[in-house]
Amino acid sequence: MANTDAIVGWKTITFGCHVMEPGSSAKFRTGDWRSQRPVIDNEKCIKCGICWIYCPDMAISQTEDGFFEIDLEYCKGCGICAHECPKDAITIIPEEG
Amino acid sequence: MSKRVGIEVSIALAEAVKLANVDVIAAYPITPQTHIVEHLSKVVADGEVDAEFVPVESEHGAMSCCCGSSAAGARTFTSSSSQGLLLMSEILFIPGPMRLPIVMAVVDRALSAPISIWNDHQDIMSQRDVGWIQTFAENGQEAFDLTLHAFRVAEDRRVSLPMMVNIDGFTLSHVVEAVELLSQEEVDQYLPPFKPRYRMDPRKPITMGPVGIPEVYSEAKVAHNEALKASRKVILQGWKEFADLFGRQYNPVETYRSEDAEVLLVTMGSISETAMTAIDTMREKGQKVGLIRIRLWRPFPGPEFRKAAGKAKMLAVVDRCLPPGAVCGPVGTELRSLFYKVPGAPKIFNFIAGLGGRDVTVERFEEMVDKARAFAKRRPKELYEVIGVREK
Ligand code: SF4
Ligand code: SF4
Repeated sequence: MANTDAIVGWKTITFGCHVMEPGSSAKFRTGDWRSQRPVIDNEKCIKCGICWIYCPDMAISQTEDGFFEIDLEYCKGCGICAHECPKDAITIIPEEG
Repeated sequence: MSKRVGIEVSIALAEAVKLANVDVIAAYPITPQTHIVEHLSKVVADGEVDAEFVPVESEHGAMSCCCGSSAAGARTFTSSSSQGLLLMSEILFIPGPMRLPIVMAVVDRALSAPISIWNDHQDIMSQRDVGWIQTFAENGQEAFDLTLHAFRVAEDRRVSLPMMVNIDGFTLSHVVEAVELLSQEEVDQYLPPFKPRYRMDPRKPITMGPVGIPEVYSEAKVAHNEALKASRKVILQGWKEFADLFGRQYNPVETYRSEDAEVLLVTMGSISETAMTAIDTMREKGQKVGLIRIRLWRPFPGPEFRKAAGKAKMLAVVDRCLPPGAVCGPVGTELRSLFYKVPGAPKIFNFIAGLGGRDVTVERFEEMVDKARAFAKRRPKELYEVIGVREK
């Protein structure tokens, strides 16, 4: 995504609208979009990692004990992880407020 | 040393691409562009130029490939026509704002339906707003020269925009003309190696073509438009240096016997040569007629055109495209806007002619001039007229 940190004008926007900083998509907090969130039930989880593979925003990471956790700064609440989980270990609940 | 040879215009244009020492050609063959691409694939296969020829699966793929190779910093060429140009359309809008200096020869041809392989300008006019610099060649020499000029201008770091050279299908692309081909040394003198401002480079990664959310989209579009308008200076400089080196001077618009003309025909492309013959014939009969030919279509050379129109009372503007339901043809609309409320502006009459390969003869040009004179006295019902069309 084009850089929106600073207010740019047509004279100051980057050449070709290029993003000059590599790896900068981490700056874009897709979690802002979320209206619902996934909750993992580790009682049901078999640590297969399917949710981790499918998450389109790489918001899921593995913890030391082998279970998976969700980074809500980036989770956009799409529900793909819950849909793909073979053990129905992930529930989607509405965000409050 | 340059040499003057009899050569098919398509081949001459392809030779210009070869002499430009192109790096990547990605193209899909389509009539009447085929000879350009065929010749280039041959010179690459024969090792006459150290380039990658990518035989893509479609024109959509051709333009996508060109965007990639240009972004990687390769001098890039493609060519298309008609339905092929339309299949490219989705990608054609992309290299402009991304500032990728691809060069393309568009061999102008009619659009289906009904199917027509013959020449007019409906293909390119449908892609008028792709945001490329666009020139139109009149003859073989110009097709050769403008192709070299296109690489020079497009890749200039102040410009860095895609550029297309239009040649009329068959009536120009397939004719054999005397063309002065420049030597490799001469071309190297005119065209420096391509040094892009930015390129895709794993050692220095950047992102090209990101999403532009509402907060930046307008600024990105205006930045592109301003770059296109500002390219004018470099376009003129490219022509001037070409003239200094090789003696042929090109301008955004050309005039022919226009000094004291009351009526000026306005044309683009190869029919201009027939128009000049028509003007000679009419001048012999004592008529004060002349011609303006538009060579640079985008960015539109407003100041040059107004100057060229001088004190003429009437413009008979020829369009090679019939935009259904529109107020006028594209060139007619452009010129009406240009002269709107300009004091002393000429009256503008728009004629649509030469669709799908229909010849525009000397007599047809005379007819347009006669009609312009008649319309100046008695306003026509319609804002344009299709010339030479049968009713029954
Ligand atoms: S809801 Fe979507 S974005 Fe959030 S963790 Fe699951 S797959 Fe990733
Ligand atoms: S897909 Fe379900 S079972 Fe597999 S690791 Fe994720 S939460 Fe656990």
